[in-house]
Amino acid sequence: MSAAATTLVAAKPRGRVLGAVFMGYLLLSLAIGFALLLWLLVDIAATGLPYIDRALFLNDPSADPAIAGARPAILGTLYIGALLLVFTVPLGVGTAIYLEEYADKERWYNRLLELNIQNLAAVPSIVYGILGLAFLVRGLGLGRVLLAGAMILTLLVLPVVIIASREAIRAVSASIRQGAFALGATKWQVVWRQVLPAAAPGMATGSILALSRAIGETAPLLLVGALTYVAFNPSLLDQFTVLPIQIFQWTSRPQEEFKVLAAAAIIVLLAILLSLNAVAIWVRNRYQKRW
Amino acid sequence: MQKTLGIAIAFALVLSASACGSGRNAGDRAGAPAGTAESDLSGRVEADGSSTVGPFTTAAAEAFGREHSGVRVTVGISGTGGGFERFCRGETDLSNASRPIKDEETDLCEQNGVDFVEFHVVNDGLAVVVNPGNDWVDCFTIEQLNAIWAPGSEIDNWSDVPGGDYPDLPLTLAGPGTDSGTFDYFTETVNDEGGASRSDYQASEDDNVIVQAVSGAEGGLGYFGLSYVQENDGTIKAVPIENQDGECVEPSIETVQDGSYNPLGRPLFIYAKTASFERPEVQAFIQYLLDHNHQLAETALYVPLTEGQLGEAQSSLDEALAGAGS
Repeated sequence: MSAAATTLVAAKPRGRVLGAVFMGYLLLSLAIGFALLLWLLVDIAATGLPYIDRALFLNDPSADPAIAGARPAILGTLYIGALLLVFTVPLGVGTAIYLEEYADKERWYNRLLELNIQNLAAVPSIVYGILGLAFLVRGLGLGRVLLAGAMILTLLVLPVVIIASREAIRAVSASIRQGAFALGATKWQVVWRQVLPAAAPGMATGSILALSRAIGETAPLLLVGALTYVAFNPSLLDQFTVLPIQIFQWTSRPQEEFKVLAAAAIIVLLAILLSLNAVAIWVRNRYQKRW
Repeated sequence: MQKTLGIAIAFALVLSASACGSGRNAGDRAGAPAGTAESDLSGRVEADGSSTVGPFTTAAAEAFGREHSGVRVTVGISGTGGGFERFCRGETDLSNASRPIKDEETDLCEQNGVDFVEFHVVNDGLAVVVNPGNDWVDCFTIEQLNAIWAPGSEIDNWSDVPGGDYPDLPLTLAGPGTDSGTFDYFTETVNDEGGASRSDYQASEDDNVIVQAVSGAEGGLGYFGLSYVQENDGTIKAVPIENQDGECVEPSIETVQDGSYNPLGRPLFIYAKTASFERPEVQAFIQYLLDHNHQLAETALYVPLTEGQLGEAQSSLDEALAGAGS
């Protein structure tokens, strides 16, 4: 009895100290992450801002830093982004609806499918690049073209989109479905008119975040030949380059001006990514509170 | 969440605002149409290969594109070996190479029925560099470099370097990584076997890392392309190399070109697929490389061909064209 009482008393100050230490640790981790990010942003902005100019957006890459621009890379990134949306959203949302609303989870093949999708989300991106080189570029004979790059990135982010969309569908409360069924709605009507609109904000957020991950991706695109001097606007079946690779190329030049250009291009890439994230946040806030 | 959105928007606004005013001479250059010539050429020329030759071909592609806006020249950077792999599959028209094609690569090309012509397009030099504070080295022999860089070499102090009276100072080594053509070239020349090198040095494909390593340590020693020495003047010092005639020669444009800076000066190549010579845009591009050799080499920080070397390249081209025409 008395032993238990003493431990009870002794535990109090120790817990208080631990709590304070833990709180300090939390603040420290927050501060480190935040300070690093802020420092990075300020550093990049200070270096790159002078070169954010018309030339950067309108000119072709050049050996002369005074006239070098990133137009083909910026357009390449935007094209890839648009293609990704067109490819991943229908495929990802479709798969997610099937798995959540139609698939019988008792069946072994559906469970295998689920397991596979989760594993695919963890496959390193370079592996998708090798896959793309073997099957799309050489197997299908597409060549090192923008379409092949977009398809590889689609494969890369599809599992993420599927998982996010499934989460969104799962978050739709069962009472909505049951209510609709009780009123005599068909499966199609329930899914199309009730579940999908309710899950849409979550799906959109997940898809856009996956998209912004893909847009920053370099490794798989290196393998399909995006590390290329391209001085024309990208088109579907033509060689291409993207911003992250243009940045990589510029940072590996010996001339100091190219480092500044790289910083400027990083700002542009950041702006594109932040705009995408802003859209995701806006979509979520705008459409979330419908019921 | 609203705040994040606000920050993102503010960031975008700052960006768009800053896009208006800037120091670069953008106004006159930006938006100027790239194609100004009355060329009726069109089509595409696809090049890939060495990252060393890449900047040269890219400079050529850029200048060529200004005269022939209908021709799309693309220049990939897959490395000399990677470039040949694609070239011998018939995927590319031109293959940039920082060394002559190897026998096994020729075999691969033959298997796939890809005939090619070799062009010596420009010269390159390797420079051995030390810290600017280094006043004890005024010339290196290949034997000395070999002693330092040979596989298994354990020299880690300047006083252990043979062939000179050097101070007791730690030797810090830096050089390109094993994937680079520069590494192949240096090891072939200095260690008599491509790819054979001691491995306990700071290796980087990025020449700037090598510059930093050498300029950051008083006993630093490294090697890379000659152009990087010219760009980084002051932070590092290039060491003269004793050539095959026993003279100490400073690395420079003239000495690389006249061949006196050897064996660390080298020719660079572009291999062209014979079948591609049927296309006028490919002919025109190669002709352009030769006609504008001096300007292109200067832009890309290389050493141009001499008149004699240009003449040889021109006759290879004429021969190939005659073959394609018949």
